[in-house]
Amino acid sequence: MTSTIEYLRNNYLRNDLLPSIFCPGCGNGQIINYVLHAIDELKIPKNNIVLVSGIGCSSRIPAYFDTDGIHTTHGRAIAFATGIKTTNPKLDVIVFTGDGDLAAIGLNHFLQAIRRNIDITVICINNENFGMTGGQASPTTPMGSFTATTPYQSIEHSFNLAFLAKTAGAPYVARWTTAHSREAINSIKKGLKKKGFSFIEMLSPCPVSGKRFKSSHEYINYYLNNSIKYSDKFRDETSSHLFSSLEECFITDHEGKIIIGEIVDIDKPDFHVLYKKLKEAAKNEFWKSRQ
Amino acid sequence: MRVNLSRNGDFSIRGEWLKVKKITVDDILIPKLTFATGNEAIVYGALLANCRFFAGYPITPATEILEGMAKYLPLLDDGICLQMEDELSSIAAVIGASWNNFRTMTATSGPGFSLMQENIGYACMTETPCVIVNVQRSGPSTGQPTLPAQGDVMQSRWGTHGDHYVIVLYPNDVQESLSLTIRAFNLADKYRVPVILLSDATIAHTREKLIIPNQKEVEIIPRVPVTIDVSKYHPFRTGFVRPTKVPEMDRFGDEYHTYLTGLTHNWKAYPTPNDQEVHEKLVKRFYEKIRDNRDDIITYEEKYTKDAEIIVVSYGIPSRSALVAVENARQKGHKVGYLRLITIWPFPHKKIYNLSLDIKKFLVVEMNLGQIFHKVNEYSRGNCEVEGFFKIGGKIPTPQEIFKMIKKR
Repeated sequence: MTSTIEYLRNNYLRNDLLPSIFCPGCGNGQIINYVLHAIDELKIPKNNIVLVSGIGCSSRIPAYFDTDGIHTTHGRAIAFATGIKTTNPKLDVIVFTGDGDLAAIGLNHFLQAIRRNIDITVICINNENFGMTGGQASPTTPMGSFTATTPYQSIEHSFNLAFLAKTAGAPYVARWTTAHSREAINSIKKGLKKKGFSFIEMLSPCPVSGKRFKSSHEYINYYLNNSIKYSDKFRDETSSHLFSSLEECFITDHEGKIIIGEIVDIDKPDFHVLYKKLKEAAKNEFWKSRQ
Repeated sequence: MRVNLSRNGDFSIRGEWLKVKKITVDDILIPKLTFATGNEAIVYGALLANCRFFAGYPITPATEILEGMAKYLPLLDDGICLQMEDELSSIAAVIGASWNNFRTMTATSGPGFSLMQENIGYACMTETPCVIVNVQRSGPSTGQPTLPAQGDVMQSRWGTHGDHYVIVLYPNDVQESLSLTIRAFNLADKYRVPVILLSDATIAHTREKLIIPNQKEVEIIPRVPVTIDVSKYHPFRTGFVRPTKVPEMDRFGDEYHTYLTGLTHNWKAYPTPNDQEVHEKLVKRFYEKIRDNRDDIITYEEKYTKDAEIIVVSYGIPSRSALVAVENARQKGHKVGYLRLITIWPFPHKKIYNLSLDIKKFLVVEMNLGQIFHKVNEYSRGNCEVEGFFKIGGKIPTPQEIFKMIKKR
């Protein structure tokens, strides 16, 4: 059962802040839609949600939700979320971030939060450029792209964030595009339910700043016709070196196709569970030493 | 007893397992007369002030504060200590945790303090209470990591960009390190502002007498809870139910649905980055909420100033040399007074002005090349001479050197 968009908007958004600041053709609106569906289908109480973001277009998303939200400094959203989640593990903490925010200035916090396995859900809206400042190259800009800061084309390799998260040890990783609505909603739901760090990378159109294509429908067609689903079968079919450990971080495309799908879904004890156990052991030791 | 953690996160515990009873701060600290270092006293002060979240990154000479918190906070029911990946994330986690109604702290030294500046500005903009300890060492850059300095006095006031106001406190011994830590938390919660507690490598590592009080004796001024009804509540609404410029603070996970942003925001907390009027009103309120309460915030120690012709102005570790020098000079018949700043910012400008009317000279003793000197000069308004005695390089000004300066006139 899916709720109507009117119901979702009236129930979850701050209508007095709409219309949003996003450009025509931007994918952020669709991603808000997917997150609303996921929250609504899981029936998460509004009071329990805290949305955290850094700086950039995607980081403006939490403002439109009628929930607790915190729009922080550039790159530090996950560090703020770590403080929020560890002090109140009952909260559902969702981080909205972009490719520049997460992979350029904030990459270390991303990897360290995965290492700690903090139970948060990170949604990275990857439009392959710095959109808010007008289309500069980011760490996910494909090699050979022309942008405002790479006028003679980009010669740097790009990151594949989902595989980076996998390599760092995240227990849940998925990668979709804005053209894959139901898959994205299901992955966001899974991420929210997952105990531990979950990462959902969303490839998203940016026809105004990114300019890979001129309109969003060209982007959508590209996403639909040029994506290939990641699966164990796919993994077996490709040569082994292609998906062995660190190599995976540097693959954006496979034979010109975008790799999408659910990439990791494993169980792993999260930070809070371990910290609780550690506290019990420490207390026990304390009283023994005082005997 | 040893705790073994297997790769899947299961604990196996060897040895006897006791029934785990709740631990209080008094159980850990045991109120007593003891010897402690300045860093230890800050840890004790934070625990007594109900600080239950600490995030930090190792740095000389502040590391012992992180170590102490890592030792004690896990023992307390709601205590959490995180060793973060850097100082940027330490202050970020501290600000985030503060919005869960936690009293939060981080501790660092020069290089780490520089890294924290952006988020200190964020705490000012979102009016988030938190305590930042800066155990000063010699700079610039890596400088002299193990030696004391006072080079961050101006940075602690003006380190982050834009107009903002913070409160800065500076103890000069171990006992005061404990009491000012408690006061720092109270001021942070009362005025919803980051409070910076300065220390230096010498106070941090000097071991001297410390009286650890019972937690019941510690005065705690808690954060004002939200009293406004949900329908009328807006995160930055002030003067609605109480005549103050400090807005009531809710917490994450309640029904108030607060949105926080580092952008200029109106009283509803909505981003309004292009509105001149809203910005001016907001930033002026940051100033006013502190300036209107200077009398409550400013503290200093004053001795022998009534008949003084020269007053030695100092703060932090050199003030201990200054007091010895002043008392020696008094015995030798010099009319010398002693003024020690405990609250550095807001600056006690009225005190300086009033004293300047009746004296011949201020002698400002600092372990930098003259930072508070300029403030004293500014507020004495030409009423008296202002001279500085500045010593850098990690050596503390001695009483003899200060005495020489007093005699020189």
